[in-house]
Order: sequence, then structure tokens, then C-alpha cells
Amino acid sequence: MASLITCPHCGRRPKEEFSIRGDAVPERPTPVASEEAWHAYVYLRENPRGTIREYWHHAAGCRRWLVVERDNVTHEVYAVTDARDLAKGGAA
Amino acid sequence: MTSSRIANVGLIDRSRIVKFSFDGRAYKGFEGDTLASALLANDVTLMGRSFKYHRPRGPVTAGPSEPNALVTIGKDARTEPNTRATVAELYSGLVARSQNAWPSLKYDIGSINGLFSPMLGAGFYYKTFMWPAAFWEKLYEPVIRRAAGLGKAVLAADPDRYEKSWAHCDLLVIGSGPSGLMAALTAGRAGLRVILAEQDFRLGGSLLSETAMIGGVSAPDFVAATVAELADMPNVTIMPRTTVFGWYDDMVFGAVEKVQKHVAVPSADKPVERLWRIAARRAILAAGAEERPLVFGGNDRPGIMTADATRTYLNRYGVATGRKVAIFTNGGSGYRTAADLSARGVNIAAIIDSRAASADFAPYGVRVICSGSIVDTKGGHRLSGIMTNRFGYDEMIDCDALAMSGGWSPVVHLMCQRGAKPVWSEEAQAFLAPDVGPLFIAAGSAAGHATVSECLRDGAVKAHAAVEALGRLVGHVNTPEVEGEYDPSFAPLWYVPGARAKAFVDFQNDVHVDDLALATREGFGHVEHAKRYTTSGMATDQGKLGNVNAVALLAGMRGVSPAQVGTTTYRPFYTPVSFGALAGTARAEQSRPIRTSPLHGWAKKNGATFLESGLWYRSAYFVQGEEKNWRESVDREVLNVRQNAGLCDVSTLGKIEIFGGDAAEFLNRVYSNAFLKLPVGKARYGLMLREDGMVFDDGTTSRLFENHYVMTTTTAYAAEVMAHLEFASQTFWPDLDVRFVSTSDQWAQMALAGPKSRTILQKIVEDDLSDASFPFLAAREVQLKGGLTARLFRISFSGELAYELAVPAGYGEAVADAIMEAGGGEGICAYGVEALDVLRIEKGHVTHSELDGRTTADDVGLGKMMSTSKPDFIGKGLSSRYGLTAADRLQMVGLKPVELDKPLKAGAALLREGVEPSMTAGQGFVSSACFSPHIGQWIGLAMLKSGRERIGEKILVWDAVRSTEFLAEVCAPVFVDPDNLNLHV
Amino acid sequence: MRYSALSILRQALSGNRGWKPAWREPEPKPHYDVVIVGGGGHGLSTAYYLAKEFGIKNIAVLEKGYIGSGNVGRNTTIVRSNYLLEGNIPFYEFSLKLWEGLEADLNYNAMVSQRGVMMLAHSDGQRDAFARRGNAMRMHGVDAELLDREDLQKMMPYLNYDHARFPIKAGLLQKRGGTARHDAVAWGYARGADSHGVDIIQHCEVTAIRRDEKGRVTGVETSKGFIGCNKLALATAGHSSETARMADLRLPIETHVLQAFVSEGIKPVIDNVIVYGGGHFYISQSDKGGLVFGADIDYYSSYAQRGNLAIVESTMEEGVSLIPGLSRLRVLRSWGGVMDMSMDGSPIIDRTPIENLYLNAGWCYGGFKATPASGFCFAHLIAKNEPHHVARALRLDRFERGYAVDEAGKGPQPNIH
Repeated sequence: MASLITCPHCGRRPKEEFSIRGDAVPERPTPVASEEAWHAYVYLRENPRGTIREYWHHAAGCRRWLVVERDNVTHEVYAVTDARDLAKGGAA
Repeated sequence: MTSSRIANVGLIDRSRIVKFSFDGRAYKGFEGDTLASALLANDVTLMGRSFKYHRPRGPVTAGPSEPNALVTIGKDARTEPNTRATVAELYSGLVARSQNAWPSLKYDIGSINGLFSPMLGAGFYYKTFMWPAAFWEKLYEPVIRRAAGLGKAVLAADPDRYEKSWAHCDLLVIGSGPSGLMAALTAGRAGLRVILAEQDFRLGGSLLSETAMIGGVSAPDFVAATVAELADMPNVTIMPRTTVFGWYDDMVFGAVEKVQKHVAVPSADKPVERLWRIAARRAILAAGAEERPLVFGGNDRPGIMTADATRTYLNRYGVATGRKVAIFTNGGSGYRTAADLSARGVNIAAIIDSRAASADFAPYGVRVICSGSIVDTKGGHRLSGIMTNRFGYDEMIDCDALAMSGGWSPVVHLMCQRGAKPVWSEEAQAFLAPDVGPLFIAAGSAAGHATVSECLRDGAVKAHAAVEALGRLVGHVNTPEVEGEYDPSFAPLWYVPGARAKAFVDFQNDVHVDDLALATREGFGHVEHAKRYTTSGMATDQGKLGNVNAVALLAGMRGVSPAQVGTTTYRPFYTPVSFGALAGTARAEQSRPIRTSPLHGWAKKNGATFLESGLWYRSAYFVQGEEKNWRESVDREVLNVRQNAGLCDVSTLGKIEIFGGDAAEFLNRVYSNAFLKLPVGKARYGLMLREDGMVFDDGTTSRLFENHYVMTTTTAYAAEVMAHLEFASQTFWPDLDVRFVSTSDQWAQMALAGPKSRTILQKIVEDDLSDASFPFLAAREVQLKGGLTARLFRISFSGELAYELAVPAGYGEAVADAIMEAGGGEGICAYGVEALDVLRIEKGHVTHSELDGRTTADDVGLGKMMSTSKPDFIGKGLSSRYGLTAADRLQMVGLKPVELDKPLKAGAALLREGVEPSMTAGQGFVSSACFSPHIGQWIGLAMLKSGRERIGEKILVWDAVRSTEFLAEVCAPVFVDPDNLNLHV
Repeated sequence: MRYSALSILRQALSGNRGWKPAWREPEPKPHYDVVIVGGGGHGLSTAYYLAKEFGIKNIAVLEKGYIGSGNVGRNTTIVRSNYLLEGNIPFYEFSLKLWEGLEADLNYNAMVSQRGVMMLAHSDGQRDAFARRGNAMRMHGVDAELLDREDLQKMMPYLNYDHARFPIKAGLLQKRGGTARHDAVAWGYARGADSHGVDIIQHCEVTAIRRDEKGRVTGVETSKGFIGCNKLALATAGHSSETARMADLRLPIETHVLQAFVSEGIKPVIDNVIVYGGGHFYISQSDKGGLVFGADIDYYSSYAQRGNLAIVESTMEEGVSLIPGLSRLRVLRSWGGVMDMSMDGSPIIDRTPIENLYLNAGWCYGGFKATPASGFCFAHLIAKNEPHHVARALRLDRFERGYAVDEAGKGPQPNIH
């Protein structure tokens, strides 16, 4: 994971081409959501040891935001999906 | 040439004499020598001093694990301390010096430490040097520090070049001994793309010192034939002098190639070292096995080395390590060494075998002492005798070298770098490579195999598996027959009892058995505690030689098995790697990319002084005539803009083109203020927040056409804003029809500001620029005279009548020239970002000096830009939290020193007048400051607690780090044209 | 046994056979007043101060590995209090004061070495930002000096002054900052805590947090059985989210890996700690001679204590850019520590919404220097149920209330603090 990422658009590319934002699991609350919901979205993280989903941006490539599903202990990557496809399809 | 060199033996080229020096004395060696082999050939055994006790030391290995023979190589800026003489390829003009000895290697005052060694045991420094407290930094630590380290660094700029490269292969083979060669051959014949990496300058690994016959030829001849076949394969890349130092995620290996480390003066056309990132589909670790030293009293004298090293010096370099060599062994290696020495005519003092009996054959006439041990040694700078002991009876045996063999440890380092721990094998009495999955496997002696024939076969078998897994047909590879190989099996012997002198475990750090015992006694028996408490394994060899012995000794002391003790953590780098190789070309001015604006040339020819702004070089100010300092230039530029006009390069601002039917809706959601109804042909200032409600960035967005907007960002945040927009559109609102492209580099953009700017601009623009037809905040395409289509925005950072004109980058300089020419009669000047900063401070416009990531819109007086009617925008959700709306937040105000000559500086703190500085007394800080030629004094913007209520108050500007304090008056943060009359003329 | 020059001499004369274990290896008792989870620097210092300063004697520290196996043994050993914000400066300054008295307090030499910490500025803006920081420090009684380029050239002639991509303009020096021998800090606190009766229980992994019907914490299930307690204190930075999850608590934390490096040992050349403002590189030289340095975190979430090659390279690029003469020296070893990266880059020492459960977390990459104050303030909180005054900004609810302590001003994205 840390060395090479398979971008769904560009293929296997070195990690340095990407920038990483963080946890891709929290969903942005609706405009009418409570301040608690916003607090949870912006600040609170499950941060599990094991399988996570994380936003990676192919900043030096196709400029797409990707959701990388991977293990944060073994660094194995299970899936890389275009974030928009996930967002449109409803987060899995 | 010298008495230790044996005629007609070895793989050195005796027709090529290599001259070198050590500690100022000239010596000769041959091409194919290492520094260590050449010194040994010259009867130089003493090559270094140990770290703590400054004990005299000679090489104990002939390879990369060497803890003792560390020297400083090279001169001046090419000085390289701590170079292992055992792997340093000899070259003509090599200059080497000994280390950690004063006044000389032979007579080293530091060796007095040995006398105090009972007081300098493991961890002694944690128990003392505490009284009195002030003496630590003043006395004790300087003394300890002076003793620190081995070699000296010169810290001069490196004159040589380095580079980096990627390589890709189906199979990476690490090591070119019997298993590595067979693996490469098998995979190569099957058509795989193979990289064969070998740390040595010569391929062959252990075969180079092997005396068995392989396929009917000598081992070195077998190597030569195999390498020749591999070299002819277009799909095989052979990389000698290349050490694979790290295994990283996704089967990426880090390797460093010594390209020109074997020449005195490197050619400027090539790098001296090259870093490789090797992406391999599969890899085979064929790094061999390390022979373990024996842990007995006095085991560190120069002349004592491993049996394997003895054989290597003998067979590969044609060097006898002594005239009369004793052998201390627990297995077959000692006997093979005796046989080889004997065959070359070297006298053997005796073979001391720790086992009661063995099936190994000693050469004719050589005495074998079974159930024997060594309890002490004698000699100063070189071994002169060993005290053996058998059944309690001592016997002193004269010898000038000792070959020792304590068994074998597979070199599994790389396979353990990603979390897996090596696995103890009772059968092999060694830690074996862990199972890390099918992609990376060990072969040969790295996998625990013992004999040459087993290693050859295992290399072929492991490569065979890789070939099949990669879906290729395996070609036919015969494993050649081996004649005359020996059985390297051994009986474990971790500690030789009855030691009458220190029995060293970690040679370089002088960790001996008593240290480990003390650590265990004090509760530091966990292998990691023992390592950290005694420093065993923390020297430059990282315990390659001693760690397994240390683990077994700890196991014995704790009464458990080595498996229960386990190993310390293996981490990169397998062997040390230079900073230079890892940094590559990124150094000095080239350490990061340089960005210059399309108007850089224009600015330069107009006399600009440039300053770094992130990766950009921006024009700071333009010196004219007799101006002697930057202030004179900046003051002139500022006044001229307010009186006449000035032209400033603002191309570095981020520029993002936004398209799509939902662009308006999208902008409305990413800005805190309203954007839905921005008319075509208009620009609007916008504020972007982070989701936590703090200001993220600001800028203008203009609607050029119905579904086409152009956004500007600050220079610093251009990339972040672009990524932010992409994130919002792709993940929050994927259904909105909106697209972006960054065009920051495609446009040259210039600000033309000042009361005469319209007159000047009209001279080069076809369109009518009157206030009626091109009013404040107008933004649209215009035709320049001559036909170029440009974008014109009537926006102002200075507060004056002003425009920003954007033209395709390639036209930038010509257009700027045209404007300067058109403005010549109107008194136009070029101005830089320093003047721009003054102009905006005078006007109270914010930059990231105020928007430091902790400010809200309201803090900087832009609270009205927080839309209350929009249902959603980024940052809305958390913007009303208590802490973000508290009355005592820092708010932006203006500041004017009460005394006109006081220079206000950004970064000064604010205090209430008459209050002592303290933890709670701080009132804020000066965020921006400048000399305002318009006002005629220094002014500033400041973030002040409840600032807007405090206009008129006198406050203390407290600048302790610049040793000034004075009173200033809090004022509204606008110093020029508060009613914005100038904008609308 | 007390350590002294005399005890060393006496032991030397008797073959060093009389040294006693530095701490006991007790079996856990069924119940303690306070159970601290995590035998790292912070857990051990908490136990020490609880016992010594706050009179609580019945304490256990539970460590799943060996003590000091976390970040206290895996860092770049820097101690300093050169912070910007009011929420941080008093806390780190309190810590530095405790460092200054640590050897005498613990009768253990942790080699606290006040060699000075120099932060370099490479632009006018950065210099002004450091002036602001220096003034804030001075306002709080912390030493800070703003030095110009000429001063720096005298102190550190080996920096890149003439061919730098980002020219050196100024430096902010905290003379009282420096380094300490990291492992010894854990050992010294362990020995001190043990001497005050604290049970340090190694190889004891907490597997669950037991709560009563009212939700109050009553003890922990461990690999050595159930251990009851009146108060449970978590000091497991790097794994805080995992331990807090056992009490159904979600934290404002992501776990990230930070690499650090040591070079081969060389004779002393770099006297103070240097922090490069043109990137994130920082370096010092240990008393053993190794150059100890690091730079950026690896950016992705990771619980693996190892890093990737790209960051190794960028670290060396920054190092060679700042100190060209490093080029021909060699890097010996790299390692990675996993850290709680909090949402504002600052730590948390607070009670939790769960009764009897106390939290010490979110240390990002600054935990080592905080070790003494973290333990002291956490002990204060546990003993008195109210925050120590220097740690009162480090609350868990600060995010909800809008009082983030955001030194870098980067907002709620943990990997860029």
C-alpha cells in the first residue's frame, strides 16, 4: 500500500503521486443535522486497527479522489474505488 | 609482494598493482583486493579501536557485517568515516585513516578505559553523574560526548552527484552465491525479467572462497561461466555493487548501487551512488549465512576472525591471516579451514574442537584438541598465543592468528523488516526466515541449507516455483554435481566456560558476557531491554555478528530457550546507506522545484529583487536610480500607486476555471457568502471555510459566461483549494454538474492599480472602460489592441481604482511591456509584493497572516459574509460553536504606535498597559505591519482580544525577542479611504 | 537500592554481583485503587507521581509487552517547550521544569541535556511567526531568543547558507530545550514507581473493560485474569482508539506512523537540536555519536511500526538541503512509531463521559517531551478529579465546544498537524 497504489484510472502508481486525507467512512451530515452530528462527522473517528477505508487523492495523476480500502497493520490494499462512484452508488 | 600474500592463489589481478595509504603510510595491493585484504597482505592486522574500551582490533569478518575494521576513507569533502575495510574495494589513490584513537592507533590513551571497566558496566551512566545536578551539562556530558562516535565527519558540501531510478522485474534475486546464481539462471532461462543484485563488486558470494569443484570446474570458474550466460540474456540485469537494504510495502525494495565508489576521483558524468527502487513481482533472498564468532575469554584480539573470513582471505585474496594459525571450532567449518590453510602451506597450531569427537578430518599432522576450549588469549596489537583448556588443564599454544567457528546464522534480515519475526530452529540451532508469503522466499543457506550442493539445488527449486507461479514454462536446468564439499554442521556452543578475560559478544560496542549477566540480574533480561541497557547490537553492524550469540546467552541466563527470548526488531537498513544516495539529486538550490511566473522575465528586466514564496520566486520590489535600501523602493512604489499607477505581477495567484450547469450552486455551497445570483460579467469576493468553521482561503470568483466561472485563490493555497473543490464535488455532491481545471500556469495576470490605471489601460484595450460600461467588479473578456482576447477584472487589493488583466502566459511579457509603455506618460511604475502588502495593510485587507487557520470570518471583520439564509455551505455546521462565537476572541484591529518613529513589527505581542507579562496577560499579537508612506508612520493589523470594542485604547506592543516595547493606539483596521470612494471613480 | 558513585565503586569491587533488579515483577493483585493501562513513559510517570505526589499507594501499571516498548523507546528524544498557544506553553514548560529536576527526583540519570533547540526561519513571514512564538513563550516566562543569520553562522557554520533553496533568515532558540536518553526515562520512572510500591505488571494485555449496571468502570479483563479497580486510567497513545473502544468511546484521533532515523556514530559535530523551517526535518546528535533525525509522518493511517521509502527519501532530501555535509555520512537504522494524531494536533488529558475512566491520549509526535508533565497532570486529575491548571486546555470536549488547540492552524485533519 505504502509504495504502490493501483488507481482505477491510471494503474499502479507510486505513493508519492497521491495525497491522503483520512477516514472515508464518516458521511457528511445533512444541512439540518444537529451540532452533535457535525461534531461527530468532523472530529470523531473509529480508527480501527485492521481494515479501514481512506480518502486518497491522485493529485499528481488523474486528480480523482479515491477510496482505498486496506489494512492498516499489514498495509495490504483490498480495493481502490473512485470516490464519486461510491458516493453516487451510496457508500457501501 | 609481501610475506602474507600467497603466490598463485586467489581472484586478484597480480598484474595490476594498486597503491594506497593507511594512516599516512604507503602500501601496495592488487586489483580485486578489499582494503582489509590488502592491509592483511601487508601484515597490518590492527585496523581500529573499539568504542568504549578502545581495545585494539583487527577484522573479524571479510564482509559487510564487520564490527571492528572501520576506517575513514577519502579526503576533504569526500571524507567517509566508519567505512568497513572488509567491503571497501581497493582503488589506486585510496587514502584511509584509523579512527577513535589518540594519539595513534597503536598507542591510544583511551585504552585506559579498560582499567576502569568494572565500573563501566552495562548501564553505569544511568546510576551516576547526577551530583551536583549542574555538572551534567558542564562536565560529565562533555566528557562522554568527546568519547562518542568512531569516525570524524567533515560536514563539507559533497562535490559528487547522486541519482535515483526505478526498476521493475518479475524476479529479484538478492545475492549471487550458489543459490542466487542458480535462481537467476533458472528464472532467466525461463524468460523472466530477472534482476540479480549483489552487494560485492564481484559476483559469486561464498563460491569465491570455495575450494570444492562444481560441475567439474573450480567454484570461481563455475561462477564465471554462469555469470557469462546470465550476462548474455537480455531479460536478466546483473547489478554488482548493489546492496538491497530494505523491503517495503508492495514488494518494493530499496537498493543502493555504488557506481563510482571504487575510484579516487569520480567522473562528473556519472553519479557516485544510485538509489534503486525495485518493484518486483517476486523475490528470492539468497543472502547466505553468517558464521558466528565464539564467545570466549579474550576473543577480540587482532588476528582472531571467523573461519569463514580466514578462508575468504586465503582463497579469494591469496592472503594468509597468520603464519601459524590456530582454529577453534564447534563444527566442520574449522576443519575445512584447516584443510584449505594446509593446502596453501600455512602452519596450523592446533584445532581446538569443543566437541568430544567428530567425523571431520584434520589435515595430516595437525593436532586436534577435542573437548577443548580457549579461556584466554595473549598479545598486544596482534594475537601471540591462546590459553587452551581441556578437562581443566591449561596449555598455552603460540599462534598469531585464530580462526573461529561458532556455527551459522542465515542472513534473514530483509525478510524480517515488515513485522515478521525470525523463527528459532532447534535443529539448525539458528533463527530461520519467517514465512512471509509466496512472493518473497529465502533460498540456499539463507533458508538454512548447509552444503554447496544443497544451496545450488535450493536456488533452482525456489526459482522454479516462482517461474511456475508467474505462468511461465520452466526451462531445463541441471544442478551441477559438487565434488569435495564439506559438512558444515556444528554442535551449539554459545559460551565457552572458564573465561579469564572479557568474552565479547558485541565487539564494536564492547559488550561482553558480564554485561548481559548484569542486565539480566537487574531485570533487563527481555531482549529489547538487554539491547537498550547494554547497547548490544546497536553499533554500526547492528548486531549482525553478535545478536544471535547475545540471544542465546540471555536464554541461558534466564533458563529459557532462544525461541522464548526471540530477537530484537529487524529494520532497514541492512547495511548503512549514505544520506547522499537517499537524497539523490534533490540538494542545494535544486532541493525543491522552482516556480517562476510568466512575468518573471518582465520583472527581471525592470529591476526586480525576488523573494521566495513557497516554491515561487516573486518580485519583491524594483530598485530605481539611487535607492539604497528596500524601504526607499517600496515607499516610492506605494506612493506612486496611490498617486499615479503601478503594475504588479499577480500571476502566482491560484486560478481555477469552473464549468457546468450547476457551477453556481456548487460555488454557493463552497463559499460562505452567496454566489447563486452572481450575474454574468461580474466578480465577487468570496470566503471559504473549513468544515470546522475556520476560514480556509479567500479570493474572487468571476462569472465570465453563463456556465463558466474563474476563481482566484491565494498563492499559498492554490493547490489546497483545487483539491478541496475536487473533494467536495466528487464526494459530497457527485450529482452536481460541475468541472474544474487549474489554469494557474496558463495565465499571466497583472494588477494595474492607481487613479490613472483606467487611462493607461484604455490605451491598449479596445473595449470601453468607462465606469459606466466597466464598473467596479466588472469581469469579462476584452479585446486588446492588436487582437488578443484577454480577461479583465475590475477588482482592487490596494483600494485604488484597479484592474487585473489576465492574458495567455506566452503573451504576458509583451502585454506588460505594452502597459508600461502606455503608462509612461502617466507615471506608471512596476511594484512588487512588498508594496502590495503595504497597500493592503493600509486598506485593512486580510491575508494568511491574519487567516492563520485559527480565525473565523467574524474575527477579521467579515462576519457579514457568513450567509444566514443558505441552507448549507462548507463550514456552516460547526460555525456557531460556543468557542467560535465567544466575546473574548481575538478580533482584527488596526494599530498605530503613539510615537511616530516606533517601528511596528509582525509577531510582536500585545499587553495591557502597566500589566506584567504573564501566562494570562496576553491580549493578542501583531499579524501584519509595515511603514505606511501614506500615513507617514508604521502601522499594523493586529489580532486583539475583543478588539473591536477597544478602538481608541492604548496598548503595549511587547516585542521581547526583539527587545522593544512601546505604546500603540488601537484603531479601525483601515488607514486609507475608509468609505471606498476610490474604488468607484 | 540507591544509586551513587559509591555504590558503583562498591559493586565494581565485588564483581557487580550485588546489583538488585530495578523493579519487581509482581503477580497482579485482585484489586487496585488505580489501574493504569500502558507501561510507556506516560503510564509509568503517572504511576510514579500518583504514588509520590498524590499519596495513592495501591496502583498497578499493566503493560501488554515490556515496559517502554512503545513510543518512549522509539522517538527522537527531544525535550522543549517552544510552543505558540496559551493552551500548550504552560503545560510543556511545566514538563521542562520537571525534566530539569528529574535526575535528582528519580535518582536515575536520564541524561537530560539542555543543548538548545533551534528552529530555523527561511522567509520573512516565518521569521515573524517565530517572533510571535518567541514573544508568547517569553510572556509565559519561557526562555526564547530570536537570532539573525550572522548569529546562526557562528553557531552552526555547517548549515547551507550560500546555496539553499530556502535561505536561512533567522532562528528561534530555546536554550533550555535539548534531549534526554529516552529508554532511561521509562526505566527511571519504573524504578521510582516500583520503589513507591506500584506494581508494574509486564506482558499483561487488557482485553476488556468491565462496567457495572450503571455504566461505571469496575476493572479490566486481562491476559492474567480480572483485575478490579476504583479508577481506570488509559495511557496507551498510538492505540488509544483501540483501548477506548473497549469502553464504547470514540475519540478525535487517527493513528499514524512517524519514522525516525539514526546515523552511524561519529565524533560530535552537531551540538544542539536543529529544526528545518523549509520542511519538517529535525536533527540532533546523541551522546553515543549517532545523528538522530526525522521529518514528516507517512500521511496514511497505520498501526504498523514501520514506514515507507518515499518518506525516507524526502527526509534525507531535506537533511542534505539543510546540512550539505551529511551527504557522505550513512544512515544506520530507521524505525517507525505509531501515534495518536489528534484532530488539532494537541493532546487530551481528561475525564471521560464514563465514570471512573480517565484518558491520556492524542500525543501526536510530541509525547516524549511531555512525559513528566503528562504523568503529573494525569495523576493530579485521577487523584483530585479536576485538571491540573497547566493542562486545563487539553480537554476532551474542546472540539465540541469550539476550543481546539491548533498549533499548526491546519484544522481537523490529523495527518497534517
